[in-house]
Amino acid sequence: MSELLVKDKDIVVPGEVLAVGMDHLPGKGTYREDEKILAGQLGLVSIDGRAIKLIPMSGRYIPKTGDTIVCKVTDILMTGWRLDTNSAYSAVLSMKDATSDYIQRGADLTQYFNLGEWLVCKIVNVTSQKLVDVTMKGPGLRNLKGGRVFSVNTNKVPRIIGKQGSMVSMLKNATGCRITVGQNGWVWIDGEADKEVIVVEAIRKIEEESHTSGLTDKMKEYLEKVTGQKVTE
Amino acid sequence: MGYNKRIDGRKNDEMRKIEAKVGVIKRAEGSAYFRIGNTWAYAAVYGPRELFPKFKQNPGTGILRCSYNMMPFSSSHDRVRPGGSRRSKEISMVTEKALSPVLDLSQYPNSVVDVFIELPETEAGSRCAGITAAAMALADAGIAMKDLVAAVSVGRVDDKIVVDLDYSEEAYEGGPVADIPVAMMPNSGEITLLQMDGLISKEKLKEALGMAKKALKEINEIQKAALKDKYKVV
Repeated sequence: MSELLVKDKDIVVPGEVLAVGMDHLPGKGTYREDEKILAGQLGLVSIDGRAIKLIPMSGRYIPKTGDTIVCKVTDILMTGWRLDTNSAYSAVLSMKDATSDYIQRGADLTQYFNLGEWLVCKIVNVTSQKLVDVTMKGPGLRNLKGGRVFSVNTNKVPRIIGKQGSMVSMLKNATGCRITVGQNGWVWIDGEADKEVIVVEAIRKIEEESHTSGLTDKMKEYLEKVTGQKVTE
Repeated sequence: MGYNKRIDGRKNDEMRKIEAKVGVIKRAEGSAYFRIGNTWAYAAVYGPRELFPKFKQNPGTGILRCSYNMMPFSSSHDRVRPGGSRRSKEISMVTEKALSPVLDLSQYPNSVVDVFIELPETEAGSRCAGITAAAMALADAGIAMKDLVAAVSVGRVDDKIVVDLDYSEEAYEGGPVADIPVAMMPNSGEITLLQMDGLISKEKLKEALGMAKKALKEINEIQKAALKDKYKVV
C-alpha cells in the first residue's frame, strides 16, 4: 500500500519525501530511493494518476528543440552568426538557415544581421553538449527592428502566453503593441511609449500572480482599468 | 570544576538565535540569508552560465564555484583585509566540497554555477552559516539537488560537549577546546564537511556528532520553512 505525503500544488524543497511505497511513479524533478519518492528540486507538485512530477518555479532557461526564442547577435562566424540565448549556451544560426538568398563566399554577413540585432528564431537541434542550432525559416521568425527587450522568469512564460496565446493577444488588443515572447524569457515589445509601459507592468503582474487561477479574467479587469477601454480577448 | 555554565547562558544543545530568508538578492538567480547569533551570511547563486577561462570547462558536467568572503568590517576584532586570503580560499574550497555531493549539474555540461557567500558580520561558525545559506540559495535557483545541506559547529569546551560555539567559547582559556564544523545532508545523515580545530577523544567526538545531527534537523526545518515562505501562495 502506497502513501502519498503531499497534495497537488504543494511547494516542496529538495530532499522532501513525496510518497512512500511502490504504487507511485517518480516523474520529472523527482527521484526514487528504495521505497520513497523524493523531490529533486524546488517546485510545485503535480500529481497525474500514479505519476508525481514537479513543476519548476525558478531556474535559468535550458535550450530545447522546438522552442521559439528571442536572441541577440553576439558574433559573426565564418558561415553564420552566434547568438546569445539568455542561457548558459550560445546558439549558432547558419547561413542556410537564415535566408534563402544566395550568399557569395566571403560576403559580408553583417548586411543580413549585424552585431547587437535581435532575432526571433526557432531551435532545430540541441546536442548532448548543448550545442544549439537555430533557424529563421518559419512563420513569425524575423529580425526585430526597434522596440525594446526585457527579461522575465522563463518558468512563467507559459502563463504570459496563455492558452492558445490568449493572454498575449489580450495584451496586444488592449495596448496596440507588438509583442513577441520568447521561451527563453526574453520579451520584445514595440508600440507607443506609454503603452509599452503598460505592457511591462502587466507582464510583471502576471509573473507575480502566475500561480493563481482565473488570471486571464483578472488581467482583463486590470487592463480595462489602466487603459480605460473595453478589452477583448 | 569544569565548564558548568555556558558563557552566554545557553543549554549545551541549544543553538544561538536563527533567522533565515530566501530571495533577498533580486538580480541573482537564487539567494538566501542565514543568521545564527551574530554571524550573518548572504548567499547569491548565478547560473548555470558560461564558464571562463575555457580550460576549466568540463564537457561531462557543470561545475560549482564558491566564493567565501568576510567583509572588511565584519569581524568583532581587527579589520579583515579585503580580497582573498589563505583562509578564505580554503573555506571556499571546503564549501564547494560540502555542497557538490547534493547537486546534479550533469544537465549543464561546460557551464558553471557560481555561489557568492558574503558575511557582513561574523562571530564564529561563519563557514557553517555560509554553507547553510548557500544550500538554500541553490534550491531557490531551481538547480537539481537531491537534498539540502545544513551545517553547524559542535565541539568541546573543557569537559563539556556543546553545540554552536560562539567566539567566547572558541577562545575559552579555562581548559582545552575543540571546534568541529559539521555539514550534513539532513535526510540521509551523510556528512559532507567535517573539520576540527583542537583535541577530542573518540567517545566525545561520537557524542558531539550525535548532537550535531539533532541540531541539523532543526536547521533543516528552518531552511525548508524559509524556502516555502518565498513561494507561498498569497
